[in-house]
Amino acid sequence: MSEERGSSAQTEEDEDLFVSAMESPEAARLSAEDLSPSSNGPRDDDPDDLFAEATEEVSLDSPERQPILSDGPSPAITPVSISPRVDVFDRSPDLDEEEEENRDTFDIQISVSDPEKVGDGMNAFMIYKVTTKTSLSIFSRDEVCVKRRFSDFLGLHSKLASKYMHMGFIVPPAPEKSIVGMTKVKVGKEDLSSVEFVEKRRSALERYLLRTVKHPALLKDPDVLQFLESSELPRAVSTQALSGAGILRMVNKAADAVNKMTIKMNESDAWFEEKQQQFENLDVQLRKLHVSVESLVCHRKELSVNTALFAKSAAMLGNSEDHTALSRALSQLAEVEEKIEQLHQEQANADFYLISELLGDYVRLITAVRGVFDQRMKAWGKWQDAQLMLQRKREAEAKLQYASKPEKLQQARDEIREWEGKVQQGERDFEQISRNIRREVGQFEKERVKDFRVVIMKYLESLVHSQQQLIKYWEAFLPEAKAIA
Amino acid sequence: MTSISEDSDKEKVRSVSVDLNNDASLVIDIPDALCEREVKFTVHTKTTLSSFQNPDFSVPRQHEDFIWLHDTIVETEEYAGLIIPPAPPKPDFEGPREKMHKLGEGESSMTKEEYAKMKQELEAEYLAVFKKTVQVHEVFLQRLSSHPMFRKDRNFQIFLEYDQDLTVRRKNAKEMFGGFFKNMVKTADEVLISGVKEVDEFFEQEKNFLLDYSSKIKDATAKAEKMTRSHKNVADDYNHISGALNNTAADNNTAFKKHLEKCAEVFEKLRKVEDRVASDQELKLTELLRYYTRDIQAAKDLLYRRARALADYENSNKALDKARLKGKDIAQAEENQKQCLQKFDKLSESGKKELTSFKARRVVAFRKNLIEMTELEIKHAKNSVSLLQGSIEILNSN
Repeated sequence: MSEERGSSAQTEEDEDLFVSAMESPEAARLSAEDLSPSSNGPRDDDPDDLFAEATEEVSLDSPERQPILSDGPSPAITPVSISPRVDVFDRSPDLDEEEEENRDTFDIQISVSDPEKVGDGMNAFMIYKVTTKTSLSIFSRDEVCVKRRFSDFLGLHSKLASKYMHMGFIVPPAPEKSIVGMTKVKVGKEDLSSVEFVEKRRSALERYLLRTVKHPALLKDPDVLQFLESSELPRAVSTQALSGAGILRMVNKAADAVNKMTIKMNESDAWFEEKQQQFENLDVQLRKLHVSVESLVCHRKELSVNTALFAKSAAMLGNSEDHTALSRALSQLAEVEEKIEQLHQEQANADFYLISELLGDYVRLITAVRGVFDQRMKAWGKWQDAQLMLQRKREAEAKLQYASKPEKLQQARDEIREWEGKVQQGERDFEQISRNIRREVGQFEKERVKDFRVVIMKYLESLVHSQQQLIKYWEAFLPEAKAIA
Repeated sequence: MTSISEDSDKEKVRSVSVDLNNDASLVIDIPDALCEREVKFTVHTKTTLSSFQNPDFSVPRQHEDFIWLHDTIVETEEYAGLIIPPAPPKPDFEGPREKMHKLGEGESSMTKEEYAKMKQELEAEYLAVFKKTVQVHEVFLQRLSSHPMFRKDRNFQIFLEYDQDLTVRRKNAKEMFGGFFKNMVKTADEVLISGVKEVDEFFEQEKNFLLDYSSKIKDATAKAEKMTRSHKNVADDYNHISGALNNTAADNNTAFKKHLEKCAEVFEKLRKVEDRVASDQELKLTELLRYYTRDIQAAKDLLYRRARALADYENSNKALDKARLKGKDIAQAEENQKQCLQKFDKLSESGKKELTSFKARRVVAFRKNLIEMTELEIKHAKNSVSLLQGSIEILNSN
């Protein structure tokens, strides 16, 4: 895969650029070599190919690299062409294109572990250990461990959403709050359902962080870095459901919903219309699939319980049986069923953690994706409003022309200029968010397909394992059954 | 009476009991049955016995006819010392019937494929219930035909041969016996059996064994039923997942679409396997336990009758002593006592034989069914593994 090779070569030479500007001529040559005819040249009409050309460019406007590059001699820059599509006036934090590719050769591992209960009663909360292992240079150390609580995660998501969503970035949603689940844990019930709840949450938090850092812009975000690295984190109070901020959020959500109904957007771009419909359909389908899988998890757990009950009953029957050989066989049947019960329990866990939780995550992700489309609609609305306002200002100016009030006329002309600027800005914002969404959605689709493929494979393999164990157990029992005489 | 050979006729011998058609002089089977408002079984007899008019004949019978036959045998004093084969339970099509109703109601809200699939499942379920009920009715008749005393029973012969409707005869029988006798027996037997002082070591052991075993096997049957139902639920879920995957596939881009469709296929195949696992488990394990729960009850009934006879004997002794004291009706009392003792001895003797052969029969039946169930489980698991591995390969190469 030439792209991967190219990207790793790229990273190496980027490191070199940091080390010594003198090596840049070689680096330049390397990147020139990468512009081989075999890799795709830029094609204007295919948005997906933004990734294909990733290896051929050294991203020049990445914020960390800028200070260093601008100091040294820059022959490295000359032979490489900047694609006209990378908008230099782009206000969004740039997606380092090679880091896009690096999503595949991803060098960061995050684990959430060791849940610990702190405090007592209704003020208690769980603390999780977040460990980051990476060789990426934006991190200060190879391995960092911090302690975080659930509201910290929510706080992080809230910050990221407010920074990036309105630009069309798909910000991975945080795991859901659960008042019932947490209350049980707080109250101190050490029972199985509390343990399962904590494990479910731990796993969800881990997946959340991994998804977040997979997004190149989010990975570089200072809030994310602070979350992963700094030992002290200011308490995110505004994430509480019943806080002032929480209520404000609910009000905003309602306002957004109303706006959605009132903005009738003239969709000139068929791509967006198609994609929106697609995501609407996908939402429905995934939810249905999720429900079916949840049912499977539930029934498999039941099967496990019922198998255990049968095992006990068979053991009792074996004890009661007065024919010695049959009695022994029944006891052994009971043992086999006990082992099988364990198997069913493990399979139910696989059903749950592999598939059910993944589907749940994607249902929430799709909601985030649809939210991003709504943001675009909002941007369009803003642009349209600005145009309307400009028109009004122009009409007002035209009227004032015959009124001979020079200060007012000047003011009107100033306002027209102001609004012309706003219209331009509105249009640029709209086009920017549209571009961002195209890219985000393309990446999202790629990720989704990959995720599902990987998970489905893992799941099928777990089923194979279960069935092979079943064969083992029953084959061991068969001679026992035959030995009844 | 039975051979423990690995008979290749496993498919033919569908009974939970052992091969009861060993004796070629009287061979009974139920080759088919019709399900209309009532189930009509075709009872087919092949015989070399001269007591029958034809060597090969069939008659249609309803479930109630079987019950009539069972009841007349139970009421026959002569058979008091025998374990009476348990009556087959009433055919229960409630489950499939309910499903069919739901299917009819929901037809408009389903896609054509979903409807066709559900219909297929329904038919499979009907078939499974059918197989079960035919099996259990067949075994009942085969137990009778293979027993040296029952096979000669006049009513049994009528049942097999009488080419007219048995309904009239059934009515007469009901009037004669009222049918309440059986119910009375059921409630009284446990108390009586455990209350009686046992002198015979054999019967003491049997009594303790049967009382304990009967509650354990009842429990095991119930738990096995729950386990089988869970398997069926899992199979159902695989079905829904398959459908949902197909729906999702319809909308996706081409490469992934094929992937999803393949997965839907895998789940559909898994469902079929899981269904078979459930129904095989039901036939081999649950039905086995159900049958022997009933058979144990029949054995307990025998013990009850013997205990009753013992109680009668003890009463007759007391009556004799009283008569001797009073000096009145001594001869009558002596005769009564002699008869009671005879009856009791006869019951004890035949009871011992019956209970011993019952144990042998039970052990062989369990062995056969446990082996068959295990072999089927292995077969299904191997099927699952090969279908899963095949699919993994295909999906990987995509």
